[in-house]
Amino acid sequence: MPILWLRVALCFYGVGLAYALLALTRRSELLNRVGLPAMLLGMVFQFVSLTETVLLSGHLTTAWVDNSESLLALLSMAFLLAVYLLYRTSSLGIVVFPIVFLLTFVAATGSQPALFVTPVIKKGWLIAHIAMIFTGYAALFLSFGASLLYLVQERRLKSKNSGLLSRLPALETIDEIGYRALLIGFPFMTLGLVAGTVVAQSTYGHLDFLDPKIALSVLMWAVYLVMLYTRWSSGWRGRRAALLATLAFAVAIVAWLANYFSGMHRFVSS
Amino acid sequence: MSFHLIGVNHNTAPVEVRERLALPESRLPEVCKSLCQQEGIEEGMILSTCNRVELLVRRRDGVDNLRNFVCEYFHLDPAEYERYFYDYREEEAVRHIFRVTSSLDSMVVGEPQILGQVKEAYAVARAVGAINSQLDSLLTRAFAVAKRVRTETAVGSSAVSVASVAVELAKKIFGSLNGKHVYLVGAGKMSELAARHLIAHGAASIFVANRTYDRAVQLAKKFHGQAIMFEQLYDTCDKADIVITSTGAPHAIFRREHGELFLSRRRNRPMFFIDIAVPRDVDPGLNKLDGIFVYDIDDLQQAVTSHVADRRKEAERAEAIVALEVQRFQARLQTLDVVPTIVSLQDHLETIRQAEIDRVRGRLGSLSPDQELAVDALTRGIINKIMHTPISTLKTAARESEATTVIDLVRRLFNLQEKKEVAVSSKSGSAGSPGAKN
Repeated sequence: MPILWLRVALCFYGVGLAYALLALTRRSELLNRVGLPAMLLGMVFQFVSLTETVLLSGHLTTAWVDNSESLLALLSMAFLLAVYLLYRTSSLGIVVFPIVFLLTFVAATGSQPALFVTPVIKKGWLIAHIAMIFTGYAALFLSFGASLLYLVQERRLKSKNSGLLSRLPALETIDEIGYRALLIGFPFMTLGLVAGTVVAQSTYGHLDFLDPKIALSVLMWAVYLVMLYTRWSSGWRGRRAALLATLAFAVAIVAWLANYFSGMHRFVSS
Repeated sequence: MSFHLIGVNHNTAPVEVRERLALPESRLPEVCKSLCQQEGIEEGMILSTCNRVELLVRRRDGVDNLRNFVCEYFHLDPAEYERYFYDYREEEAVRHIFRVTSSLDSMVVGEPQILGQVKEAYAVARAVGAINSQLDSLLTRAFAVAKRVRTETAVGSSAVSVASVAVELAKKIFGSLNGKHVYLVGAGKMSELAARHLIAHGAASIFVANRTYDRAVQLAKKFHGQAIMFEQLYDTCDKADIVITSTGAPHAIFRREHGELFLSRRRNRPMFFIDIAVPRDVDPGLNKLDGIFVYDIDDLQQAVTSHVADRRKEAERAEAIVALEVQRFQARLQTLDVVPTIVSLQDHLETIRQAEIDRVRGRLGSLSPDQELAVDALTRGIINKIMHTPISTLKTAARESEATTVIDLVRRLFNLQEKKEVAVSSKSGSAGSPGAKN
């Protein structure tokens, strides 16, 4: 059953994605009329799917780890919804929707790597690790989206012909969304990594910094830190900020994929 | 019963004519009242703005005294003023009022004031009881159409003056202008106008730098701003989010290195240069810096031109909406027209039924209450069966062009003529009197 709900959610996200792309070419805010309901319905079904998985397996941890993509997608959507409620703009959906769609697609076709081989002692830490890292990831997606939109809007304003026609939010609004997402995401990411360290320590007794997953996670955290620092100290935005955000996003994706190669990132919930 | 509208606007009449016809607000209620006292005029309203004077009435068929009223009231020679007036009836009047309210008939298409002006005129007419039934639904519909046009098309959304384009651009960069600082370099009329617009949209403070310091002080005073010595320009300019330049300098005042300096002082917060000077005060190279946006007078002018063209395109879409709404309104109107006929038909047959029962009641002798009811039900049933087809025919006909023919036919067949007149005049009388008290 959960997989069915997830596929229903996927369909709704698909509709949302299609409209987000359509909204690019049209001037009206189509996203509000069709995209938003699709997005909300998708979230509801995804939530139902996740809750049902938890109930079926009886273990929060197993359910979360087994459905990590789905959980991350839901968190990203929650961030997008928060932005919509705060700033009345759905333009970020153009970047976030494809990511969410992809994540949900992977989850719905059920090809996750098997992560559970070793017993885990500190289950609470593991749950904290997953929840916080994913919140950090979702915030990162959002600030990545914001920095891309910033670039687009900046180009439009500089080109002088299309600046006023653009339906995108104001430059400073996009900037604020991106910066806030960074500010919120960073502590979560940091604490999530700390929690992960605790879990790894207690499971293996040591941390292998050469393990691809761990090395990449640290790298991602470092890029995150650099982004925050440059923004805070010298107000980096626009092209330079977008470059950093793209780098952070790329590292995040690679770090995610490293699940397949990591020897340490394997937990068991039993 | 029909709508009739006559009027003059900026297209048909020069300003000398329009000002002769223009009515000050204080006189509107009185003119509205005397308009409605004219023979055969049931409802009326008057719209008087600087670009148009229009009289809209609902009048009885065959009455055509609107033009006379205008000529008499304003003491005009009909022969001389005839050519300035346009004259719309029925559907055309409906279309015209929809177009006016939606700002499609305005000098600057899409300008937002006209809707408010029509609403005011409507309120005045309503207050003196000059509007009560069908004109009320016409105007209510017109407001709805105007809203639809505004939300579904972009006809009123783009800025069409240099100053308003500047404001729009500033908003695209900064979001809200609240708390933003404006720096005027050179104290020309144009920059003053732009500054006024920016302040009206929330900009916080104004700095003025001018070669002649006194002039800067004067202008700064106007905006409760701060005058700055021209020599300190580069030291203070980074405080400003929006810089408007209009000096007569022969070469650029702001060059790339200045931009870089400002950006580093501002920690890369964006800056918006509006350069309305010719020759230009701002080096175009500044626009290449991340976070600095430079628009010169040509860029602004170009935006204005393209917006005017956009509005024209959007206006076409708006016209389509208006055409659709006119059709809808006409259809509704015709259904409304059928209702009095149906009512009087029902009344007529009910009277016959009652009369017949009364006539034979004596011969039936004493009846039990049940029998009384049965007689009533029997007669009523016959009437209803007979009436069913004519009424449904009337209702269907209402939506087609043959409506009036069918209505006339039914009226003649059942001899409903007099009753209709009585019903209508008593209705409008009762609706009019409480309004007149106001």
